[in-house]
Amino acid sequence: MSTTAIALTTRPDGVPDGTAAADLQEVDLAGLRVHAAMATAADVDRALGRQRRDLTDFAALLSDAAGARLEEMAALARQTTLRRFGRTMHLFAPLYLSNECVSVCTYCGFSAGNDIARRTLTPDEVAAEGTALVERGFRHLLLVAGEHARIVSKGYLRDCVAALAPVVPQVSLEVQVWDTDTYRDLVAAGADGLVVYQETYDRDTYAGVHRLGKKRNYDWRLAAPDRGAEAGMRRLGIGALFGLHDDWPADALAVAAHARALLRRWWRAEVTVSLPRLRPCAGVPAPPGTLDDRHFVQVLCALRLLLPDVGLVLSTREAPEFRDAVIPLGVTHLSAGSHTEPGGYTGPSDAEPQFSVADERSPAEVAAALRSAGYDPVWKDWQRS
Amino acid sequence: MPTGPMSPQDPLVIAGRAFSSRLLLGTGKFPSSAVMGAAARAAGSEIVTVALRRVDLDAGEDDDILAALDTDEILILTNTSGAVDADEAVRLARLARAAGLPDWIKLEVTPDPRYLLPDPVETLKAAEQLVAEGFVVLPYINADPVLAKRLEEAGCATVMPLGSWIGSNQGLRARAGIEIIVEQAMVPVVVDAGIGAPSHAAEAMELGADAVLVNTAIGTAADPVAMAAAFRLAVVAGRAGYRAGLPASRTDAAASSPLTGFLDDPAPASVSAAQP
Repeated sequence: MSTTAIALTTRPDGVPDGTAAADLQEVDLAGLRVHAAMATAADVDRALGRQRRDLTDFAALLSDAAGARLEEMAALARQTTLRRFGRTMHLFAPLYLSNECVSVCTYCGFSAGNDIARRTLTPDEVAAEGTALVERGFRHLLLVAGEHARIVSKGYLRDCVAALAPVVPQVSLEVQVWDTDTYRDLVAAGADGLVVYQETYDRDTYAGVHRLGKKRNYDWRLAAPDRGAEAGMRRLGIGALFGLHDDWPADALAVAAHARALLRRWWRAEVTVSLPRLRPCAGVPAPPGTLDDRHFVQVLCALRLLLPDVGLVLSTREAPEFRDAVIPLGVTHLSAGSHTEPGGYTGPSDAEPQFSVADERSPAEVAAALRSAGYDPVWKDWQRS
Repeated sequence: MPTGPMSPQDPLVIAGRAFSSRLLLGTGKFPSSAVMGAAARAAGSEIVTVALRRVDLDAGEDDDILAALDTDEILILTNTSGAVDADEAVRLARLARAAGLPDWIKLEVTPDPRYLLPDPVETLKAAEQLVAEGFVVLPYINADPVLAKRLEEAGCATVMPLGSWIGSNQGLRARAGIEIIVEQAMVPVVVDAGIGAPSHAAEAMELGADAVLVNTAIGTAADPVAMAAAFRLAVVAGRAGYRAGLPASRTDAAASSPLTGFLDDPAPASVSAAQP
C-alpha cells in the first residue's frame, strides 16, 4: 500500500533570511527612538545639510529640535521632490472588491465583529467598476478587499485581476497576504503592484489590535512585500496606520527602516510609503496616540529627505484643504474620487464602506485643484507590452 | 524655428536626416503639457522625447502630450523608460511603431528606479534586436567608451552617454568617459541626463558632443519657457566655441617652446658643427 505525503502549507515562524523583513529586525529601532527624543540642534543641522541621509539623520528629523525648523525641512523636502519627480502627481483609484472579512481588527469597518452590509463583486462587476474608473480618467487601480480566504480566494483575485488587465495598464493589490506562488499567479494575471501596510510595527500593539484571524501573524505579513518582489511585483507599497500605536515616532522610524531595507534588497522595485491616519469608521472609538497635523507634516518631510526616490502616498482619508496644503511637501501619489464600499463607482451601493472619505471631490475636481497649484496630474504611467 | 548663425552650415545629421537644432528636449516633469509645448518652441528643439508609458495610445493625436507638440516641425522620439530588460524595451518599441509613432526609439533600459542608470547588457541586446527590426536606435548609456563602440557596431544611430544620472542636475560628472567617447565615436554623440544648467550644456558642446538632451533642468525650472530659451543659446554658444577652435588650457604658465627654443637662439652656448 503506498501512501502519499500530504503537503501542509504551514507558515514558518519568523522571517526568512535574505529578506527586507529580516534586515529590519537587525535595525536598532530602540536606539534610534532615543535619538529622536534627544536630538539637538546640531544633530538637526547635520541631518539637513547632508546629501545622503541615514536613519540616524531621520531620527534627528523627527525630534522636537527639528520640529522647530519645520519650514526649513519643508522647503528642502519640496526641492528634493521637485528635482526627482518634477511637478507631476500620480493619481490612482481604490477599487473595493469585497468587504467580507473573517479577521477582527479593532480599527477597521470591515472587521468580522461588525454587523454591516457585506458585498462581494463578481469579476464581471469588477470589470464594470474598472471601466467606470477608466472613464473618469484613471489608469491605475488599487484592488482592495477584506480577508476571507474562501470568498476572496486566490482564484477570485486572479479572475478579478485578469478581468481588469485588458482595461487598465496598472493594477495593484491591497488584500490579505499570500505566499510567493500565489503572488506569481497574480503577476501573471496582470498585477504588478503590491501594497501591504504593516499597520503598526510594534508587536504588542499589533497583537492588541488584531484579535482574530490570519492577520495576527506579524512576521508572515512583514515578509509579504519580499514575497511579492520575488514573485515579480514591480511596485511595493508599505505604510503604518498612525494612531494605532501610541508612539508615532516609533512607527515612523520602523516604516522608514523597512523602506530602506526593501530598496536595498529589491533594487529593481519601486517603493512607496503611505501615511494613513485613523479616521472614523463603524464601531470604532477615537484612537489613542494620534498623529496631529504638524507632526504629520514633519514625518512626511523627514521621509522625503531620507528617501528622495520613494513615492509618498496620500489617501482620501485627509480633508481637501489639508491634502492641497501638504501636496507640495513631498507627496507624489494621490487617490481621488474614492469609494471605499464595493460597487460604489457604478451606482449607489448598500455595502458598508471601510472608512469615511474626507476628501469627496471627484477626480476631475482633484485634477483641477492640482493644475491650479502648478502640478500636472498624471493618470497613466505604465504601458503593458 | 530659431537657429544660430552656424546651424545652416553645421547641421546635426542622425540616420541620414539633418537637423539644425542640437538641443533635444525631454517632456517629463513639466507642470503641464501646455508649458511643455511652449518650452519646446522656445528651445527650438526638433527632436523631443516622449515616454511611451505616459502616452495614451488609444487617444492617438489627442493625447495630451502629443497634442502639445507640433509634429510637423518636431520628430517625436519615443523612449522606453520603465523597461527593465531588453524584451520589455523591444515590445514597447513595437507598440510605439504600431501606434503610428516614428520608428525612432530612445532606448532606455533602466531597472533601478532610484538612479535610473541604464543596464548595459540589456541595452546592447535590445539595440541589436531593434536595429534588426528596422528601428532607428538612440541608446541611453553610462559614459562607457567600450559600450559606445559596441552599440555603434550594432548599428545604432547615435550614442547617448549621461552627464550625470537622470534628474540630478549635476552636470558632466562623467566627463572623462564622455571625452573618450567623443574622440572615438563615428556616430553623433548626444550627452543626455544630468545637464542641470545652460553652462553644463555649453560645456558638453565645447567638449565636442554633437548635441545634448535636457529634461529636468527645463521642466522643473521656475520658468520652464525662459529656461528652454537659455539652453538654446548655450547650445549654440558652446557649439560655436567648439568650431572656432578653443585654445588648449594649461595649468601652468609656460614659455612657448621650452624644449626646442634653444634652436632659435641667435647665440648658441653649446658646441657648433664648425668647431674642429
